[in-house]
Formats: sequence, structure tokens, C-alpha cells
Amino acid sequence: MRTLALALAASLVMAPAIAQDDASRIKEVTSPGGITAWFVQEASIPIVTVQIAFDGGARLDEKGKEGAVNLATGLIEEGAGDMDNQDFAAALDDLSSSIGFSASRDGFSVSVSSLSENIDATMDLLHVAMTEPLFTDEAIERVREQVLSNLRSQENDPRALAGQRWFADVFGDSSYATPVSGTTESVTALTRDDILAAYGRMVAKARMKIGVVGDIEADALTALLDTTFGDLPEGETLDKTPVAVRETGGLVVIEEDVPQSAVVLGHKGILRDDPDYIPAYVMNYVLGGGGLTSRLTDEVREKKGLAYSVYSYLNPLDRAGLYMGGVATANERVAKSLELIRQEWARMAEGGLTQEELDAAKTYLTGSFALRFDSNAKITNFLVGAQSAGLPIDYIDTRNGLVDAVTLDDVSRVAKRLLKPDDLFVVVVGKPEGMESAESLMEGIGG
Amino acid sequence: MKRLASTLLAAFAAMTAPALAEPVVSDFTLENGMRAVVIEDHRAPVVTHMVWYRVGSADEPPGKTGIAHYLEHLMFKGTDKIAHGQFSKIIAANGGQDNAFTSRDYTAYFQRIAKDRLSLVMSMEADRMRNVNIRQEDIVAERDVVIEERNSRTDNSPGGRFREQYMAALYLNHAYGIPVIGWREEIESLDRDDALEMYERFYAPNNAILIVAGDVSPDEVKALAEEHYGVIEPVDLPESVRATEPPHLAARRLEMRDPRVSQERIWRGYIAPSYVTDEGNMAESLSLLSDILSGGTTRRLPKMLTLDTDLALYAGAYYSGMARDMGEFAFYAAPKGDTTLPELEGALDWMIADLLENGVTEEELARAKKSAIAAEIYAQDSQSSMARQYGAALTIGLELDEIENWRETLEAVTVEDVLAAARAVLLPERSVTGYLMKPKSEGADG
Repeated sequence: MRTLALALAASLVMAPAIAQDDASRIKEVTSPGGITAWFVQEASIPIVTVQIAFDGGARLDEKGKEGAVNLATGLIEEGAGDMDNQDFAAALDDLSSSIGFSASRDGFSVSVSSLSENIDATMDLLHVAMTEPLFTDEAIERVREQVLSNLRSQENDPRALAGQRWFADVFGDSSYATPVSGTTESVTALTRDDILAAYGRMVAKARMKIGVVGDIEADALTALLDTTFGDLPEGETLDKTPVAVRETGGLVVIEEDVPQSAVVLGHKGILRDDPDYIPAYVMNYVLGGGGLTSRLTDEVREKKGLAYSVYSYLNPLDRAGLYMGGVATANERVAKSLELIRQEWARMAEGGLTQEELDAAKTYLTGSFALRFDSNAKITNFLVGAQSAGLPIDYIDTRNGLVDAVTLDDVSRVAKRLLKPDDLFVVVVGKPEGMESAESLMEGIGG
Repeated sequence: MKRLASTLLAAFAAMTAPALAEPVVSDFTLENGMRAVVIEDHRAPVVTHMVWYRVGSADEPPGKTGIAHYLEHLMFKGTDKIAHGQFSKIIAANGGQDNAFTSRDYTAYFQRIAKDRLSLVMSMEADRMRNVNIRQEDIVAERDVVIEERNSRTDNSPGGRFREQYMAALYLNHAYGIPVIGWREEIESLDRDDALEMYERFYAPNNAILIVAGDVSPDEVKALAEEHYGVIEPVDLPESVRATEPPHLAARRLEMRDPRVSQERIWRGYIAPSYVTDEGNMAESLSLLSDILSGGTTRRLPKMLTLDTDLALYAGAYYSGMARDMGEFAFYAAPKGDTTLPELEGALDWMIADLLENGVTEEELARAKKSAIAAEIYAQDSQSSMARQYGAALTIGLELDEIENWRETLEAVTVEDVLAAARAVLLPERSVTGYLMKPKSEGADG
């Protein structure tokens, strides 16, 4: 594979968009019971994909009980109603369906894939799983061990370690400071009551977004929405007041005996609903978002051969905007790579883009738009992502226009506002050479 | 258990095979020998365009491990017509994405782009089939990039290094034992001549397969392929120089200790026939066997090792059979709590012995078939994975009718076939057993 960063970046960019001639195919449907979903009917393959997202996720963990939401998420498929985990898995298996649950910093989400002929029975299983999860002691201990094993693995994974430290130091006190899966200490201490309490907070109709794509009629779908989700607790929406983000630059080196250092860096960015988001997105494409074509790739990889992957991305969390980047490079080349990255950060902040770069960015971003819609799974993802981001249902019609409207002046202004090379907070995990002074520097600014 | 009973009833009603929407696939061959397959998918106005070469790391000359992959990187540098460093930029400026990958049996290049740019990407791919321009100054920087890629994938993680040692032990003589990215010491000395020699020998229309998936018609693809690829002269391809694999007579054991191991684990593998080299339906039987053993938490390995006995954190098996010369069947597991690796190995051995003695049940086989067929339906949702499936199958030497008859072949597999396949492959003398462990002082079994 020639591009690792491209794949990474792709999962981190803003909510994707649809091919414009598909716009009218997105329907908002509302059930008799008042549950709304965005829906695209697509009958060419006999499958239905459903995604349900609830705002909240790990931010709903209480202090000292970090990881409760994540553990509860892992336990939903471990038995519900009168089914134990084997019964539940066998029932899904018999339907050739899959249901996945996952938690993130700001959300809890459910992904369902079903053959269209089995969608009713599959959603019935989902309903039982979500309304009558058992959380047996046996399952709690088993899944807890798996989570703890993952946490131990991350302690030896330079990239994971760098990311954890970065978030810990940038967010200090808020829930964003702790990994979604919690810490060894917090996960070990979680009780069944903690897990039940976390689950009680995670699921709320007031915070639910649903996307459906596939071989199903709108009537059948709305009936399913009521039977599946009708009796979930109403709950309430969450306050989205921004949390404090570290404002000062710095460097932390965590020594690990590996040939290649992992570097995570970044500083404050902007939220998804910021009016500058689209110009910032265009700017980032050129700086470090565009895989093999970005300035960072040109300077760090193509010209100098310093790294296989180097990238930047906008990371708009619900309550904090971040502008982040990273590189993985041999220990003796970390200093040089960081110098080049800082240089590019500064060059963009001072000079913005050339007309040629802006034009190329626009043709890529508008032309590749349709690639985000070539599978039912991707479209489902968009339907939910767009709702969570508060985008209008016709966003796919307007999005390319927003990109095309970005001017050189817009990008210059946004680059100046956003990029602060001196504020970059950098975490290096490895044995970087020539960075000893940096390590002592961090003593004063850690946390 | 009322809920289960009603669900099971529904499931048995559905036990009859699900309605299958066959993908619309056609093929043609250009006069110069280049094969082409078109997979129609009209859901979005985009195409996936791929060119697969029948050359991979298993075709590298001795001492030059990694050259197939390194050449793949250098193929992006430019051609006589495409300015240096511009290949991917031109694709991107046209709203497309491009990349490439190298495996043991093939090297493939692809672009995903709006359908009206198919002619453009074909012209570019056809151009670099014979006219790549690798400058001497690209050589060092790109080699460093590959070494960083190797660091990321392998050298930075004990699991990556263990996997490499395991593969090297699994194959006594065949080049499948060599890491695709190459051994570090040999990558460091690869040069421009090595890359060009590989390029001249293997990059030609009669050694390539074109795959176009997406919103296209076979006729328009054929016309474009003739225009862009049809004009390239075929070359005399070298005889295949791959080493054969001698009989395996001795079980091999590996132990690797590393302070960066946080989770110990065991790996057990056997060389097996591949989809290309198997007799009858052995590959399909092995694929179904792997599902019976580990295709979900109700299957044998997770059920017995993680639930019933509580010995493992996770456990599984896989069959990797999409290969030209041979495949691999393997088991893996991670011990839980105080379980030692030898205890876990004992449980694994017991399960294998039981399998070889008693085989699998009709019900297990029926479930495995059903999930394999459903997986094929779900796979149709992804244009690029469909393109990859066909590209890989054809490049290793399968024919379209074999892919099309896959379902019939699968459905014809009996419990006797599965037992026979297990008995043919899971022989102690063919096995490699690896332990990845913490250093002695820390290890539970030290």
C-alpha cells in the first residue's frame, strides 16, 4: 500500500457528501409514533443497512468511572431478554444479519446489516438488545478482561500512546482527556451498577439520529421505526458548551525502545458549525489532508523520504475544535520532520494558497464527492453523520457550491486564524534523537 | 427461551438460500493478450479502474526481496509524458483517488474517479505500463520511504516481527515465506537497475489484467481498452522461476520473547492447497471449516476457549486460499488470566484431534454455507472490493467460470469433504507452532 495516511484521514474528515444527482433520493420519513429517519431506497442489492447514532458517548462517563459507556457498549450483544450471548449470536447468525455497537468520544452508535427479507426479525433482535440487555456478571468480567487487554496493548503501541498523551494534556480536566475505553484503573473498578447507570444515560430518543439505505419500502420502514425504537426512553438533549483546550505549545517525549517514533501534534481548531469550516477544509486538503498530493507529503515524504505517512486534519469534536496532524519516522529523523512540518504550518499561515493549488483542491474536493456515495454502507454513514452535524437534508446539493465559493482571501484569512506553529503541542513516542532539551522543557507545561 | 424459539422459527423459514442478485460481470481479451473484466454497478456515476500485474514478491530474484513493492512505489514518479511527481496530482485534480498494492502473487494499481474520466486514467495507466521514468535522485528518498513503511508495519511491533518469523518458518523453500515488503537488509541495497529489470520483465499487456467496476457498459470499456491498452506490444514473458515446496516432515516450533509484548499469544499454521492448486472442492471445504471453527462467537473455537473453558481472551482460525501456489490454514489464541501458552496449546490440540476424529455436523456445515453465501451478497455493496475480488482471483489463475460456479461448488461440499480436507491438511509434521511471549521474568509461563 502506498498510502497509509489517506485511509486514516478519510475516516476523520467532515461528514461526507452525496453525488448531486442523488440528492432528491434522500427522504426524511417520520413514523406514526414520531420517529424520524433519513432514508434512501436502493433495491439493486437485497440488503438493508441501518445506522443509529446517539449523541453523548464517552462524555457521559462520570469522573472516576471512565470507560463505563464503552464497557456497556461492548455488553449489549452479550445477552438480552431471555437470550444469553450464545442465543443472541445464534439468532443473528440464523438471519445472516449483523449488529454492531460502538462508542466514541461524542456518541454511541449502532450499525445493522440485514438481508432485506430478514429486516423485521433483525430489528426485533435489536429492540430486545437495546431495551432488555442483561449485563450478566459473567459477561461483564469477560468483556472487562478484553477491554483491559486492549488497554495493555495500547501501552505498547507508540501511536496509541502518543494520541492518549496528547488528549490528556490538551484537555486536562474534561472527558476528552481520557480514552473512550477508560484507564486500567477506572475499568478495573467499574461495577455492574456503574454500567447500568452509564447505559441508562446513553440511549435517549431526544438524541437519536437514524439513517437507512436499502431494499425496503418507506411504509415498512416507518412501522419498523416504531416497533424498534418507540419504547426507548425520551431523555434530553445535551449541552454543547465548548470545553477548554490547551492554548500553549509544547513538546512531550515518551521514551520507548522502538526504531520509529510516532508523533501526534496539533492545537485548537474550529467546530463543525463554524462559518470558516469549509475554507478550513479546503486549506487542510492542501496542507496535509490530500494524501499523496499535500504539501506535507511533498516536503516530508517525496523530497526527503523522511516518512511513509505524514498528515493533518480538522478534528471537530462536539465541544472542541481541534487541528491535528502526525508523522511516523525513524528516531534520528524526528527533529528534521518536525522542523519541516512547522515550516509548512508557518508558510500556510503566512502565505495561504496559490491560485493553482486552490483550483486543484476544488476540482478534487468537488469531483471526488460522488466517491463517497458508491455503496449503501457509505451512504448510510453520511445520512447519520449529516444529521449529527446539523446539516440540512439538501446539503448534498449545496456542498460543492460551498467549496467552489472559497476564495484565496478566505483561505488566507482562515489559515492565519487557524494555524499557530508556535502553539503546536507535540507528543513523540520513541527514542527521538536530539530532543533531550525538549523533554526537560515539558516539565513546566505538562498537564 | 420463547424469544429464541420464535426467532429460530423465522430463521428456519429463511434457511432456504437468500435471494441472490448476481453481479453483472463480463469479460474480453485484447489481441495483445491483456485480459479484462467489467463489473457493472450503476448506483453512482463513478468507476474503479484497476490494472493487475502477475508479479509479486514471490517472483523476486534472490537477494532482492522487496523489489516488487519498491517498484510499485517508483511507478508513481512519472513517465516520459507525465511530469515528475504529477501522476497522483493529475488524478486528484480530476476528482479521483489513486493507490496501489503489492502482494505475493500480484501488484495492482487503481484509480477511483467519476465515470467520465475513465479514458483519462486508462491513458495514464497505459502510459506507465511501458514508459515509466524513474530518476536516479528518486531512488534514495523513496527507499527511505519504504523503510519507514516497514518500520510502521513490522519493526515497531513485536506482533509484526513475530508474524514475519512465523511465515519464514512455514515455508521451507517457497518465496511465500519472504515478507512482501522485503527483509530490511536487502531493501537497503535495492537500486534503480533492480527496479527497472523487474519492470521490463513483467509489466506488459500480456501479463496484466484490467478490471473496471462501476457505472459503465462493457462496450464502452472495450472500446477504451482497445484504444489505450490495445496498442501496447506484448513481450516474451520469462518462464516462472518460483521455487517448489518440499514435503514437510518435521513439526517446527518458534518462541519469541519481547519486552514490548503486552498480550502473549499462540499461532499454529499449516500449508494447505489453494483455490488454484486444490483437487475437487478442498479449498471450499477448508473455507467452510474455518467458518465452523471461528466464524462468530457461537463457533467452536470462541465458544470452547473463551466461553466454556474461559482459557482464552480470544481464539480463532482462518484459511487463506487465494494464492497461486499454496494456501495456509491457521489457528491463533491469546491466553486469559493464569492460563499458560502450553495449556492453551493443549486445548487447541484437543479440539483439532476431536475434529479429525469426529468431523463436523450437518448443522454446522449448513450454518457455514449460509453465512458464506450471505457474505457474498453483502460484498456486492462495495464496488472496490468487488473489483479486488475479481482482480485477485484472475491474477492468481482462477477463471471466471470458477468464480461464477463458486456457489454451486460451495453448496456441494459435504461433511465428509470437510473431514477429508481437515485430515489432509492438519498434519502434525506440517505444522508450525509459534509462541509470542513476554520476557522470562514477566511471563506467566516463564
